[in-house]
Amino acid sequence: MVPVPPADPALPPLPPPTPPWWRDRRVVPWVVQAVVGLLVLLLIAFLLGNLVRNLTAAGLLLSWRWLQQPAGFDISESVIPFNAQLPYWRALAAGLVNTIRAVLVGLVGATLMGTLVGMASFSHNGLLRRLARVYVEVVRNIPLLLQLVFWYFVVFLTLPNGVAAIQLPGVVLAKSGLYIAGLGEGLRWMGPTLVNGVWQAPVRLSVEFGALITGLIVYSGAFIAEVVRGGIAAVPKGQWEAASSLGLSWFATLRRIVLPQSLRVIVPGLNTQYISLAKNSSLAVAVGYTDLYSVAETTLNQTGRAVEVILVLLAAYLTLDLLISALMNGLNHLVQIRER
Amino acid sequence: MKPLLRRLRAELFATRTDTVLSLALISLITLAAFGVLRWAFTQAQWAVIRVNSTLFAVGRYPVEQQWRLWLLTALLVAASGATWGLLRAHPRPDRSGVLWPRNDRLALVLLVLIALAVPAALGLSLAIASRWWGLTVLLILCRWLAGRFGAGLPASGQRLAALVWPALYLVGMVLISGGLGLVTVSPSEWGGLMLTLLASSFAILLCFPIGVLLALGRRSDLPLLRWGSVLYIEFIRGAPLITLLFLGQNILGFLLPGGLAPERVWRAAWVLTFFAAAYLAEAVRSGLAAVPRGQLEAARSLGLSYPKALQHVVLPQALRVALPAMVGQFISLLQDTTLLSLIGLLELLGTARTVMANPAFLGRNGEVYLTLAVLFWGCCAALGLGSRALERRLDPHAVPSAT
Repeated sequence: MVPVPPADPALPPLPPPTPPWWRDRRVVPWVVQAVVGLLVLLLIAFLLGNLVRNLTAAGLLLSWRWLQQPAGFDISESVIPFNAQLPYWRALAAGLVNTIRAVLVGLVGATLMGTLVGMASFSHNGLLRRLARVYVEVVRNIPLLLQLVFWYFVVFLTLPNGVAAIQLPGVVLAKSGLYIAGLGEGLRWMGPTLVNGVWQAPVRLSVEFGALITGLIVYSGAFIAEVVRGGIAAVPKGQWEAASSLGLSWFATLRRIVLPQSLRVIVPGLNTQYISLAKNSSLAVAVGYTDLYSVAETTLNQTGRAVEVILVLLAAYLTLDLLISALMNGLNHLVQIRER
Repeated sequence: MKPLLRRLRAELFATRTDTVLSLALISLITLAAFGVLRWAFTQAQWAVIRVNSTLFAVGRYPVEQQWRLWLLTALLVAASGATWGLLRAHPRPDRSGVLWPRNDRLALVLLVLIALAVPAALGLSLAIASRWWGLTVLLILCRWLAGRFGAGLPASGQRLAALVWPALYLVGMVLISGGLGLVTVSPSEWGGLMLTLLASSFAILLCFPIGVLLALGRRSDLPLLRWGSVLYIEFIRGAPLITLLFLGQNILGFLLPGGLAPERVWRAAWVLTFFAAAYLAEAVRSGLAAVPRGQLEAARSLGLSYPKALQHVVLPQALRVALPAMVGQFISLLQDTTLLSLIGLLELLGTARTVMANPAFLGRNGEVYLTLAVLFWGCCAALGLGSRALERRLDPHAVPSAT
């Protein structure tokens, strides 16, 4: 022990050590935030200033009047009626509805596909298990855009027409479109029929739409399969064993015991996949399906209103994402296990 | 043979349902394989790939300058070989590794087979085929050298080895674009696989620091930094990449003073970078969340400043946890470069579209898209394998395996 020298009573006690201001923990955070905030504000001011100056010079200052002008282009397939005389906002709305249609069909299909493949990766059958694995590994490592153009140009555009078309029960696949049975005139069930060499059916989908949703379903299905696989793997093994010792079959075990419990792991993962499917639907432009992005691109080329068109696009996709998120959060509340 | 038969029986023919299912699957697979093979050998015309192989590789890069790209390829191959060796064969000080684990031997055989078969199948000229063989030999040589002698390097030397990649990137930029005494080649003449790799590697390198900063900002205690990061990340993640690329092409010119807006290729590369940074930030954030709070507190109470504690204690652990997710993001970034073709840039897919617009190759979609798919699949699978090797190498508890 080193003896502590007694305090000199003549000296005043040392003041408590105060750090210099640049090490003061009450000051530093505010200084950092002020500096970062100022820099960001300066950057934004700089960019906006340029934007206003350049747009004024080009005579394109923010205005929404062009939305009322006639669009002058046609949309080949539209759920809501549209023709070239209608204004731009109607064209954008038609594009949005087309996007929503593709997203909805894609969501349902990809969920089915992903669930089936995710279940298959827990099959007793080694071949089926490996096939599920191969599907996921192949699809996830090839760009979606490449898959879409493959489906469109290599598969759907090489379908035969007329009598040679591929005829399945209730469905006919031809180059001119996909014909599906449904309720026809007079609410009678009608299958696809060949009239004068042209197929006719209550429901006709274009090959563009077919290629888009096939691509989206196959691609997102692989990602959803991984989410489902993770969810099923998170259910304790004892649940499987208990179910099978009660005499439940493999499928019944999955459907009644395992899948319901895995939902609380699966649903948050599905949310991410659903949102990316909605965003990926914008690649429709590559296969000639007129979705929102495709209409927006044409609109920009015709009007030159870059800023407004992009604002519309971003707002639409953000709203779509938030909508999906809100729905999935609601679902998530439902499937969470309530503990006492 | 007995165990194999028993395994087959257990896996495929255990029950009656399994047997029916297996037989159905086997016949389906056989039919599909037969159909594809028949198409590939009788109907497909692979001339479209053979004739345009240079176009697919480098686009319209001037012929007399292509030696620079060959040099760059050689450098990249050497660096890849050395990295492969350091990651897979390098024994750690406390235990010995295996110079050639089984999977590496398989990869070796595969590489040699590719080098022998692909140039012949594509009918490439002897000059190009011999370069291909030379590159394969170089790869194997560097793999062997790094695996054999990498152990002798001190730890600091190994850390320096990782810096070879950014350094090589700068060299590559000079070799591709010119300058420093080389003839300049403008970005509008870049294309094909080269542009794909260039754009994706540019974005990968630059999005990493931005993404880490964003992740730190999102977990920061300072409200302004936190909300700024959240706003940025959620905005970017909410918009489809194609709309952002569209924004980059059409609005960036308005946002910057006249003449300052970069070339179209660079605009797209910057958009890719800022896009990928938001996704990377989320991957890094999950890694940061996995590091216990006590680590930072312990480092701070040892007297490390906040940046030093982050640099030496928190980030190394967080990044190791986040590695698989980060590589996943890099893989999807590589795939996302195909979107550049939608804004008129001639990367791999854009080149393919111009090739098929040529009347001589009309309707040869299947051959071209299949080739691109195989290329992309190979690149992405290689990244995934590299990530798994790096994970195992960085794991303090891992034992060098024989496979």
